[in-house]
Amino acid sequence: MSSHKRIDVSKVGDVTVVRFVDKKILDEAGIQELGAELFFLIEHDNRRSILLNFENVDFLSSAALGKLITLDRKVKAAQGRLKMSNIRPEILEVFQITKLNKVFDIRAEEAEAVSAFQ
Amino acid sequence: MIDQPAADAWRLSIDLPSERGASRRVTDDLLEHLGIHGWPPSDIFAIHLAAEEAIVNAIVHGNRLDPAKKVHVECVVSPEVTRIAITDEGAGFDPASVPDCTSDERLEAPGGRGVMLMRSFMSRIEYNAKGNGVVLEKIRNPADN
Repeated sequence: MSSHKRIDVSKVGDVTVVRFVDKKILDEAGIQELGAELFFLIEHDNRRSILLNFENVDFLSSAALGKLITLDRKVKAAQGRLKMSNIRPEILEVFQITKLNKVFDIRAEEAEAVSAFQ
Repeated sequence: MIDQPAADAWRLSIDLPSERGASRRVTDDLLEHLGIHGWPPSDIFAIHLAAEEAIVNAIVHGNRLDPAKKVHVECVVSPEVTRIAITDEGAGFDPASVPDCTSDERLEAPGGRGVMLMRSFMSRIEYNAKGNGVVLEKIRNPADN
């Protein structure tokens, strides 16, 4: 996939860093596109160390959580690693309420998360 | 009801079509008026999330995206209380039948978190007997002023 609509992708060493284009991840069509772009990274680009940086994200719905869970499964199935960082407190509370903070490897800052891949 | 909204509260009554994305016809105005009434950002996030989840549930699970059916939404926003009533034209459901999404066997299931998030982020949520209508209520914490 040469261009992405919903994510910005960069590399820090061996780690693929993903930032989200949309501040609000709630629109169903947008979430489908987002999922497809994220899954492409693992299924076709063979990225195995993926960091999702949520710095730009103000809001996400439970439908978006579903895509993150599916991504996490795909990464684990490919024996890759997925981490998340820079999550604002309200969204972190969403992860805590749903106990997804136990499923995902969540770090405070991008640099800390990148180091954790080593 | 604990707190009755003031007479100068913002009110909205609207019928939404059963199509994806229709919730924005409510949430754009709702967010604006929560800000006007001085609600703190953490509460605005909570109310936005609960309203979005409830309206999407009504459209997708309640009315099953049937274009012949509407979702009726009523909102009241005052500085002290926000109340949102959402009713669909579906068969209804038993909210007690929704499995616990935090149980070990459901923890990594892709769906089923909307109702738990609504309960956690709002002061009160109450379904009608048929299960096709829900009232979401958030009471402002005076300490946030």
